[in-house]
Amino acid sequence: MLVSYQWLQDYVDLSGVSPEEVAELLTRGGLEVDHIHRYHDGMDGVVVGKITDSGPHPDADKLTICQVDLGDQSSQIICGATNAPKASKVVVAKPGTVLPGNRVIEATEIRGQKSEGMICALDELGVSENLVSKEQQDLIIELPDDAEVGSDALEYLGLNDVVLEIDLTPNRSDALSMLGVAYDISALLDRPIKVPEIEHGAVRKNAIDQVSVTVEAGVDVPYYGAKIINKVTIAPSPLWMQMRLVAAGMRPVNNVVDITNYVMLETGQPLHAFDYDRFGSKEIVTRRAYAGETMTTLDEQVRTLNEEDIVITNGHTPTALAGVMGGASCEVIETTENILLEAAQFDPVRVRNTAKRTNLRSESSTRFEKGLDAQGTVQAAERAAYLLEKYAGGSVLNGIVESGEMPVFEQEVELSLGAVNTRLGTELDQKETEEILYRLGFGVEDLGDRWRISIPSRRLDINIQEDLIEEIARIYGYDRIPTTYPVSERSAGRLSNTQKLKRKARRFLEGAGLEEAITYSLTSEEKSKRFRLDEFSDDVRVLMPMSEERKVLRQSLLPQLLDSISYNKNRQNNDLALFEMGAVFLPNPGEKLPSELWHIAGAFSGNWTAAAWNKTAEPVDFYTAKGIVEGLLEQLGLTEGVTYRIAKREQLHPGQSADVLVNGQVVGFIGQLHPTFATREGLPVTYVFELRGEALLTEQDKTMRYDPLPRFPAIKRDFAVVVDAQISASEVQHVIYEAAGTWVKDVTLFDVYEGEHLEPGKKSLAYSVTFLNKERTLVDEEIAKVHETIVERLQSKLGASLRG
Amino acid sequence: MIDRLEELKLEAQSAVTSSQDKKELEQVRINYLGKKGPITEVLRGMGKLSAEERPVVGQKANEVREAIQASIDSKQAFFEEAELQEKLSAEKIDVTLPGKKVEAGSPHPLTAVVEQIEDIFVGLGFEVTEGPEVELDYYNFEMMNLPADHPARDMQDSFYVSEDTLLRTQTSPVQARTLQAAKGEGPVRIICPGKVYRRDEDDATHSHQFMQIEGLYVDKHVRMSDLKGVFDTFVKEYFGSNRAIRLRPSYFPFTEPSAEIDVNCGVCGGDGCRVCKQSGWIEVLGSGMVHPRVLEMNGFDPNVYSGFAFGMGVERFAMLKYGIDDIRHFYTNDTRFLSQFKHV
Ligand SMILES: [Zn+2]
Repeated sequence: MLVSYQWLQDYVDLSGVSPEEVAELLTRGGLEVDHIHRYHDGMDGVVVGKITDSGPHPDADKLTICQVDLGDQSSQIICGATNAPKASKVVVAKPGTVLPGNRVIEATEIRGQKSEGMICALDELGVSENLVSKEQQDLIIELPDDAEVGSDALEYLGLNDVVLEIDLTPNRSDALSMLGVAYDISALLDRPIKVPEIEHGAVRKNAIDQVSVTVEAGVDVPYYGAKIINKVTIAPSPLWMQMRLVAAGMRPVNNVVDITNYVMLETGQPLHAFDYDRFGSKEIVTRRAYAGETMTTLDEQVRTLNEEDIVITNGHTPTALAGVMGGASCEVIETTENILLEAAQFDPVRVRNTAKRTNLRSESSTRFEKGLDAQGTVQAAERAAYLLEKYAGGSVLNGIVESGEMPVFEQEVELSLGAVNTRLGTELDQKETEEILYRLGFGVEDLGDRWRISIPSRRLDINIQEDLIEEIARIYGYDRIPTTYPVSERSAGRLSNTQKLKRKARRFLEGAGLEEAITYSLTSEEKSKRFRLDEFSDDVRVLMPMSEERKVLRQSLLPQLLDSISYNKNRQNNDLALFEMGAVFLPNPGEKLPSELWHIAGAFSGNWTAAAWNKTAEPVDFYTAKGIVEGLLEQLGLTEGVTYRIAKREQLHPGQSADVLVNGQVVGFIGQLHPTFATREGLPVTYVFELRGEALLTEQDKTMRYDPLPRFPAIKRDFAVVVDAQISASEVQHVIYEAAGTWVKDVTLFDVYEGEHLEPGKKSLAYSVTFLNKERTLVDEEIAKVHETIVERLQSKLGASLRG
Repeated sequence: MIDRLEELKLEAQSAVTSSQDKKELEQVRINYLGKKGPITEVLRGMGKLSAEERPVVGQKANEVREAIQASIDSKQAFFEEAELQEKLSAEKIDVTLPGKKVEAGSPHPLTAVVEQIEDIFVGLGFEVTEGPEVELDYYNFEMMNLPADHPARDMQDSFYVSEDTLLRTQTSPVQARTLQAAKGEGPVRIICPGKVYRRDEDDATHSHQFMQIEGLYVDKHVRMSDLKGVFDTFVKEYFGSNRAIRLRPSYFPFTEPSAEIDVNCGVCGGDGCRVCKQSGWIEVLGSGMVHPRVLEMNGFDPNVYSGFAFGMGVERFAMLKYGIDDIRHFYTNDTRFLSQFKHV
């Protein structure tokens, strides 16, 4: 909502209150002023001039040489506008003036003739081009006779105005008008409101004899009123009115249309003027449109309507799309003489839907959508009639032809002082509270322990006690509400066990050198099929996706994380280690909501450690990813029952991917991207993992006890065995553990060798086994025996031989 | 004999002094103190001496031996010290060369902000609660006092997945879920961080996916002045002790009275600058007293209980705190961006 500071003063006295102060006052009162526009800033030296003589430029057909009286001097100015030859009073920018767009006016010569300044058009003074009326475009401004030569032209035009741009909250539809804003200022400043003039002259004719109104669906059109104004003369509206419309962001058209818009801006009630003689009948019938019915709207577009739209008709064909836009067939045009003025209330939801469907959101539809002041409709019609009489020379017929009952709005809300103070934490007394209620224009009836407050019809947003408490608070000032602390019983706040574990997992991964990524939950149908941990099930899809890329909810994190790898690779960020934690979404047959499962994923490419002066670069490999997973599981308290086995998964390298199992259940996988897949996707060599987070978040063991430190020394034995290359390390390890008995404390694989010193198809695994007996010192002979058992067992079970 | 010993002592000490290294010194030791050395010889020839002379010469011989040994020891120590110095100096390195750095990763800035805010509220006695990202219309809108024909419920603005389920447009449904689970018994003190979704085109200031933190404090006798107190504490904790808040009337369907909370601009200190659009204040979150209908619909008696609720945009907080100018940075995961948040 654009609010002119000058216009506002028609309704409330602002003397001694600057535009900035008004803005601050409104903002603090709940009408947030987003911006203060001063279109004229820095424009000095724009004055009213009178063309005393003019004639064509000898060397240029399209230019006129004007002699202009500027009060204190007379100047010769060359002008190219077509209306220059017959113009009288004009707006002149003197040399030295800086016009919008940093245009500096200088005394110059145009084709050998001197020109001392510029005669201005509206857009040159900073009026946005789409707010200049069609007639005014490319023309210099012609001022009325009362403009005083030499005086400040911006002031005369009202262009020295300050416009406050208010960002209205959706509940405050009452402030969609100058008067509504004025009411708030009146309450905030405690200054009276001045209501606009509506008394117009009387004529003998009655409107009721000239037109009838029939409303077919009362719910759609609770009230429809029509006034008739005869013998208007279509002309431009007065300059001051045009300038006020411009300040409000509306383009002047002609006096009749401008007046309806002016009254809408003033009161908030949209009005529509039909050409009475071209209406097509003398009856107004409002109804739902028929499916497929068409009409041509003011913007010359043919609109196909449906049964959800309300139309105004002449009994046969639509003449307006209710609340949204008038029809072209009975538009007010230059030759219009008699006006049918509509002042109505329409169902807000229908207007909203029609405006939205037809893409015709306008100042008018916006106001209907929000709901109107029931008592303002007829008032607005009378106000417009008054202005049409005054500025379009019309004569207003008696009465208003109506249909429907004006909805009676008699909202009464009870309120007690105690409720105000307990809710706000204030200590207001009865007198100051009543004072605030009066300033808001509310009726206050004392019921002893409480009040009965009657709410003016313009305030549709006030229905319950809390609404009134907010009204009191905002006029009293939110700033003056004290600062206190809740008095309720104290208790420790906390994170849940799951939240703590999630944080622990994050800290571990960050500490290990990974960067956390957050990607989008919505993805394409194709990507959602990749890297799924669960059996293929249908996608959870959005009904109206914005693009193919964001169509379904992800079922795994990796596809999006790989998008981030790609994004980075394209920016030459090559050494990457990313992780993400977040929800994936699986359909949940029979339930309304999908299952949301919490996953952890990681992706690595490039070098794990960069080359440095004292080390060579270490590229990421399968074991980088696996090491991170191992460490993560340990951090989460999963020290036992974790196994890995080679796995085949789509998109993964068949020889370099493993499933991760906890107690025999697959909880995730680790692997290298399949080279074919990586190449197709433009991805570098990348290792990934994805884990079912939920399966890893075990209850924190609060009974954990430390293991006493051994009092006897541990003994270490190293040996290497040669086995067939396809035998896995975990099989060998398993046999060692089994054979070593109870004294084995730890088995570490410290070397793996395949190559020229071995038979082809063989590999050597070197282990360090630690033995410990907590009760006593082990002797060498005991260890030698165990060692022998291990070697024998490896030989019998895996065909292994000790490597010499 | 005595004279001979004295002579030997001087001779030996001179040899010690002139020895150049440990090897020469050892040779000196062998020459004078060794089994075949002159002192041993002197001692061996003692048998020829008289009983009176013998102890005198024996004592002298021991004295001379000890003196020579002392000279050798001292010279030996000198050589060892010199050797050590030489070794240390040979081991000198360039300490300005880079170390074997342990490279840590970084939290995502949005996670960092969420955790910072969680920690402050946990300190104020709140619990952290989460809710589903795909939500029932019922919790997302209806229970938050947004009835069916409310403009905010437009299909165009939300990602519906069925007629009555959608990707939540706000974290507020967690309020309804928590209140209903509390079955009318306060206090309820929660904050709910999470992802939310709206049908916006992605650009520098809009994102179809973003994060919010919702908060709710419901108990008997909760006042709007308490809301002010809690946020005064929060803002000083989060943005710094020199920051202040102001409350402005606003509107949310689920609170009444409602308030927008502004923080004085950290760039200009309140004088007005480009960042705060000359106002000196920056809007940081929406809040208000829980609407009695919301309490009632979710099983709390509004005549007994009252409370305040608030909601903040995590991206906005991160952008304000770290001066980030494009919301898309949060979701492209450029490591040049992410790695800047190591120390937060
Ligand atoms: Zn600032």
